[in-house]
Amino acid sequence: MTTVPKEDIAVSAAAVPVTRALRVKPSARHLIIAGTIVIALLVPLFAKSFVIFQLTEVMIYGLAILGLNLLTGFNGQFSLGHSAFYGIGAYAAAILTHNYDVPYLWTFPAAGGVCFVVGFLFGLPALRLQNLYLALATFALATAMPQILKFHALENWTGGVQGLVVDQPDPPSFLPVDSDQWLYYLTLIVVLVMFAAAANLIRSRTGRAIMAIRDNSIAAAAMGINTSLYKTLTFGVSALFTGVAGALGAFAVAYVSPDSFTIFFSISLLVGLVIGGVGSIPGCLVGGLFVLYLPNIANSLSTGLAGAIYGVILLIVIFVMPAGAAGFARFALARLQSLSRS
Amino acid sequence: MELLLQQVMAGLANGAIYACMALAVVMIYQAIDHLNFAQGEMAMFSTFIAWQLIAWGLPYWVAFALAVVVSFIAGVLIDRVLFRPVQNAPVLSQVVAFIALFSILNSSAGQIWDYTIKTFPTPFGHKPLFGGTLIDTHEAGMIGVTLVMLGLLYTFFRGTRLGLAMRAAAANPESARLVGIRVGWMTALGWGMAAAIGAVAGMLIAPVVFLEPNMMLGVLLYGFAGAVLGGLTSPAGAVAGGFAVGIIENLAGTFIPYFGRELKLTFALIMIVVVLMFRPSGIFGRRVVSRV
Repeated sequence: MTTVPKEDIAVSAAAVPVTRALRVKPSARHLIIAGTIVIALLVPLFAKSFVIFQLTEVMIYGLAILGLNLLTGFNGQFSLGHSAFYGIGAYAAAILTHNYDVPYLWTFPAAGGVCFVVGFLFGLPALRLQNLYLALATFALATAMPQILKFHALENWTGGVQGLVVDQPDPPSFLPVDSDQWLYYLTLIVVLVMFAAAANLIRSRTGRAIMAIRDNSIAAAAMGINTSLYKTLTFGVSALFTGVAGALGAFAVAYVSPDSFTIFFSISLLVGLVIGGVGSIPGCLVGGLFVLYLPNIANSLSTGLAGAIYGVILLIVIFVMPAGAAGFARFALARLQSLSRS
Repeated sequence: MELLLQQVMAGLANGAIYACMALAVVMIYQAIDHLNFAQGEMAMFSTFIAWQLIAWGLPYWVAFALAVVVSFIAGVLIDRVLFRPVQNAPVLSQVVAFIALFSILNSSAGQIWDYTIKTFPTPFGHKPLFGGTLIDTHEAGMIGVTLVMLGLLYTFFRGTRLGLAMRAAAANPESARLVGIRVGWMTALGWGMAAAIGAVAGMLIAPVVFLEPNMMLGVLLYGFAGAVLGGLTSPAGAVAGGFAVGIIENLAGTFIPYFGRELKLTFALIMIVVVLMFRPSGIFGRRVVSRV
């Protein structure tokens, strides 16, 4: 399923010299990133705590979408199962803090590690399946997850149908922030680290191998890329990213329950991925914005027809920007450049 | 043994529902090369139209025929108005368009006909068949109609020029266009037929699961599973796959101790994935070989 225009490879290959040139002169791209980070750092000092909470959620969804993007956008493997990885990450964090009193900072590597292993193992049978068949297998994972979490033999850990209450992390005493602000900054730090890691991964030799498999797996194999290994590893890494998002999500909502991680969550992640831009890293955050705000906007316009309005907005977005926000930005940029040249 | 037979028969009855849906899923897959996530909602909407017509006093079969015709036209329109503009968009964008359609149909049905459960009549009645409790006349009728539809479709695709043209347009649009087939209209026709089959499926399923906007959710999921299990390239395989899913689901719930009852769905799905690992194109599907 090659969903990304071929120019993307050229773009990411061209990105290598750009970073080398950084020592001389920062590019517009770096200025935008630095500006966004500064704004993100300042926002919680002025915004209301509900807005801070919503922005925290946006970042968390963005991170979960990034995980999906690594698999679908860069490696070309379709997944409807990422709600399950998100759920596993959330439950890992909840169980560790609730049952074993593990400090919350340790839950992120733990959740990521558990999801990496689960994702890698799931990637093994997924090797044999392509496109729609893979979609069905991952779909099975997503549908099974709430049932497994409710399963009575696991109730001692998972809390069964009731779920688990998670304590929100307390801000460290030397910082003058309340717990919402602290959660925001914590999320911001984790998300920045993960986004930087993903960008570097994609720009590396490994990243090129991952994208080569997406564009033509037979040619990639002929070039000496171990396609099975890379595909399963990408599955694991993708699950890791989404799992860490899940752990952050558990702290943000302060509660985990089996029915939060159904197939519908996977579908909204997929919608976010497409609207943000398949195969674009900054696009994931745009996707996160849509996942959080689109249902709210639809609901505020009409409660009864919220679903219909949601659908209509989605259709309009797809009509206007078929390649997502990232594709639209690329198109607009190219247009601007050609205008300024003439 | 008695229990096994009973569970297999109960599974067959559920399977008939899934088989109906799986057939509609495969039909549209043949015509447009995508899984239609909104298929179930389209069928639900058609069923509501039939229900409304019956409520206005039309006899069952007139309402049935009208609903099928209206669905056919609506299917063609959906293709021409909604999906033709995005036909060159990336595949995932099209998937999102299906999700949007799903959401629109589900929500408007809820708004027009509200969410209370409605009963839908059946022309076959609910009397036990052969004097046993295993299967009733409606379920038997449903299995019968599914098989008849399958037969008609088979004749249409194998025996008529139009069917051949539709298959050509789906299999290789460029070459089909070169020999003078109007590919765009073949796709629209495929949508229309899938919507019509979905309408029949919906009207057969509604007496069992009751009519409400979310009635198709579970059914569609199992229908997909059945279609993929049987093989997306084979309508007969999809019907067989639908029946198989119904039987597997019931047997797993009954005979796997301890886990079975709670994790019934999980087991059914795991079994499907295992089958797919050994037969990656489904049990009856053709392997699609592509030129490099």
